[in-house]
Amino acid sequence: MSEYALEITGLKKVYDNDVEALKGIDLKITKGDFFALLGPNGAGKSSTIGIISSITNKTDGNIKIFGVDIDQNFPKAKSFLGVVAQEINFSQFEKVEDIVITQAGFYGIPKDIAKARCKNLLKKLSLWDKRQDQARNLSGGQKRRLMIAKALVHEPKLLILDEPTAGVDIELRREMWDFLSDINNKGTTIILTTHYLEEAEQHCNNIAIIDEGSIVEDTSMKELLSRLSIQSFVLDLEDEIQDLPDLPIFDLKSQDPKTLIATLTKDDDLNTLFDKLSEHGIKVKSMRNEQNRLEELFIRLVKEKDGN
Amino acid sequence: METKELIWAIITLSEKELRRFLRIWVQTLVPPAVTTSLYFVIFGSLIGPRIGAMDGFDYIQFMIPGLIMLAVITAAYSNVVSSFYGVKFQRAIEELLISPMPNWAILFGYVVGGVARGVMIGVIVFLVSLIFYPNFEIANYGLTILVLFLTSIMFSLMGFINAVYADSFDDIAVIPTFVLTPLIYLGGVFYSINILPDIWRNISLANPMLYVVNTFREGMLGSSDVSIPLALGMMSGFIILFTAICLYLLNKGIGIRQ
Ligand SMILES: Nc1ncnc2c1ncn2[C@@H]1O[C@H](COP(=O)(O)OP(=O)(O)OP(=O)(O)O)[C@@H](O)[C@H]1O
Ligand SMILES: [Mg+2]
Repeated sequence: MSEYALEITGLKKVYDNDVEALKGIDLKITKGDFFALLGPNGAGKSSTIGIISSITNKTDGNIKIFGVDIDQNFPKAKSFLGVVAQEINFSQFEKVEDIVITQAGFYGIPKDIAKARCKNLLKKLSLWDKRQDQARNLSGGQKRRLMIAKALVHEPKLLILDEPTAGVDIELRREMWDFLSDINNKGTTIILTTHYLEEAEQHCNNIAIIDEGSIVEDTSMKELLSRLSIQSFVLDLEDEIQDLPDLPIFDLKSQDPKTLIATLTKDDDLNTLFDKLSEHGIKVKSMRNEQNRLEELFIRLVKEKDGN
Repeated sequence: METKELIWAIITLSEKELRRFLRIWVQTLVPPAVTTSLYFVIFGSLIGPRIGAMDGFDYIQFMIPGLIMLAVITAAYSNVVSSFYGVKFQRAIEELLISPMPNWAILFGYVVGGVARGVMIGVIVFLVSLIFYPNFEIANYGLTILVLFLTSIMFSLMGFINAVYADSFDDIAVIPTFVLTPLIYLGGVFYSINILPDIWRNISLANPMLYVVNTFREGMLGSSDVSIPLALGMMSGFIILFTAICLYLLNKGIGIRQ
């Protein structure tokens, strides 16, 4: 069997309205990975996921799930796969419990087993109290968790989540990440898209960035972060300053009289900066990263491409 | 999927379909009972005696098979069209598409739902008609039940095709209102085509509903305006044709996958 949970080769998608959503993407995701797929709105993330889960027809290319080509044995490939779509996709008038048990039934799982798994999942996802409610009465975050329960009920080896944390509050988001890390540790390969880059940075091992239908980056999280050549820091000063100090080796900007923005390259040393500043009589009270590092990188990667 | 899993998947979908129309029974099971009661009161009890006999039967007695068919056809068709359009609209179709269920099993599940509602409505309307005409006796049980099932299957499949192409709630109302209902009304629910002038009689013979209604009348009353083997052959032919169309649409993903 293949060492990959998912292999995508030359995947293309042109929609009926002639939008070229995917321009031939290649991706390989190893078994057991916790993989982040990032990209701006309209990049092609959901299109990719839609094709993998057979909700969208592909125009060209190949997909293998655990070595099984979807064109050769789609039912088998599907049995490995669980997907949490970006948009709500259950019957709003059904009861929470029925939705999960029915989904299990579509995979051929008998009712007694489905009931036991449903109970387990709803408890873990804090939905057990809501099991008898009609799905339309759930809150946005609860609906999202119901989608996760539904995607896991047949115990897939590969779980794909399209923005699972969108619209979920901070505490639940943390719980959700813990939950996902936990099932990842137990062996489920996870691929997800998100716009919360900080969280992806914390939890995911590997990352790909997609923009305008092409993969612009496909590497490990570590490698990507180490490539950050520039970082900006916000320095809060003890006293107001009138003019910028003359420090040609550093890129300094004044935001207001008590705040400086320093942009450092990889070779610059923070200690040297502080020394030079105090030589000019400037004392730094506190310091923070201007913005999430990954976010900066992300914006740059996407911009670079637009510039070409 | 293994056979056992496949059977279980079909049972699950069928159960879901039954659960759907039973949950909204006020919309799905009660209206046909109410409207047929009205037909029986107005045409059967009030006007019927003035009309006299039709093909040798009391008018109300003559009407019963036609009214049952009218209700069965509408029920089977609208069950599948609204249910399948509903899952498309709510994206719940994705639950089925992502599962390993083959397309024929998906179609099968929806047809089971349509047939269940069609047959249930058939029985309900028959019971209502017994209130107005207690002495009714079914002439040929075998044929009656066979036609009840064939009709439900045929119109469930038609409803499915309609739902596949439907893009709005208007689209699921157009065919029932402008095509089905007129054809059924003109298909001999209320009269025998023998009372028509020759030209209209011949035109009526081109209406497929006429065969459905008359085969059922043959089963219930032992009287028909058309040849029964021909009618049964036609219904089976339509069922095979519609099944092929449904499977083709599902395999292509028309109206379902982007
Ligand atoms: N059903 C559709 N018909 C036509 N065009 C579509 C359809 N779905 C998506 N597109 C187009 O394809 C492109 C990619 O869309 P996609 O939904 O894959 O983006 P995404 O990366 O998931 O974005 P987001 O972060 O906003 O969810 C967009 O230009 C979009 O307008
Ligand atoms: Mg998307």
